[in-house]
Amino acid sequence: MSKVTIRIPTPLRTMVNNADEIILEGNTVREVLEQLTSQFDALNASLFNEEQELRHFVNLFLAETNIKDLQGLDTKVNDGDVISIIPAVAGG
Amino acid sequence: MLKISTPCQSQLHSFITQGYPHETCGVLLGKQNNNTREILQITQAKNLNEEKPEVRYDLDPKDLLKADNLAKENGWEIIGIWHSHPDHPAKPSETDRQGAWSNWSYVIVSVTQQGIEDTRSWLLNGEEFIEEEII
Ligand SMILES: [Zn+2]
Repeated sequence: MSKVTIRIPTPLRTMVNNADEIILEGNTVREVLEQLTSQFDALNASLFNEEQELRHFVNLFLAETNIKDLQGLDTKVNDGDVISIIPAVAGG
Repeated sequence: MLKISTPCQSQLHSFITQGYPHETCGVLLGKQNNNTREILQITQAKNLNEEKPEVRYDLDPKDLLKADNLAKENGWEIIGIWHSHPDHPAKPSETDRQGAWSNWSYVIVSVTQQGIEDTRSWLLNGEEFIEEEII
């Protein structure tokens, strides 16, 4: 399993005891996020819908690349990778 | 309370007047302690909305990631988002409310052909926006 850093955006930090980064293990983005939501239950509903698909108002970047442009949640991760949770920002 | 220095405010207003009549948007970087947030840098982001760019904005997530990296390098954090309201008051719209995240300041600037009209900041409190004092 790879050790990966997850960067938490300000609006979601209250759900993770105000941490800005959390180090977790997994082989894919999905596995790492499952670790995250199993530790911080409240985050699950913010990140995933009932089908456990990523919500459309959340983007995940592996380093500088949106995982949509890789293999989505099945994207493999390596030791030292950084996953950033980037909220979708929109308005009128 | 939101502190915006004069240089940051000028930078913000210049992004906005240059972008008129389209909505422009970007990220507020700085520091926060207790009830005061201080803006130390303002970045502009791409508005990805092509359908109605004069009344809508979709901030490019890549620009938010860049701003986040810049914040981290400088020991700051993202403290909010700014966007313009071309020819409309500096008050949040229903679309703004629906898309808002808590714990961020939303700075809205009203702009017309004549220039900047008004600059206000808003915070989500539950489901509603409340105005935050700018100093
Ligand atoms: Zn707006």
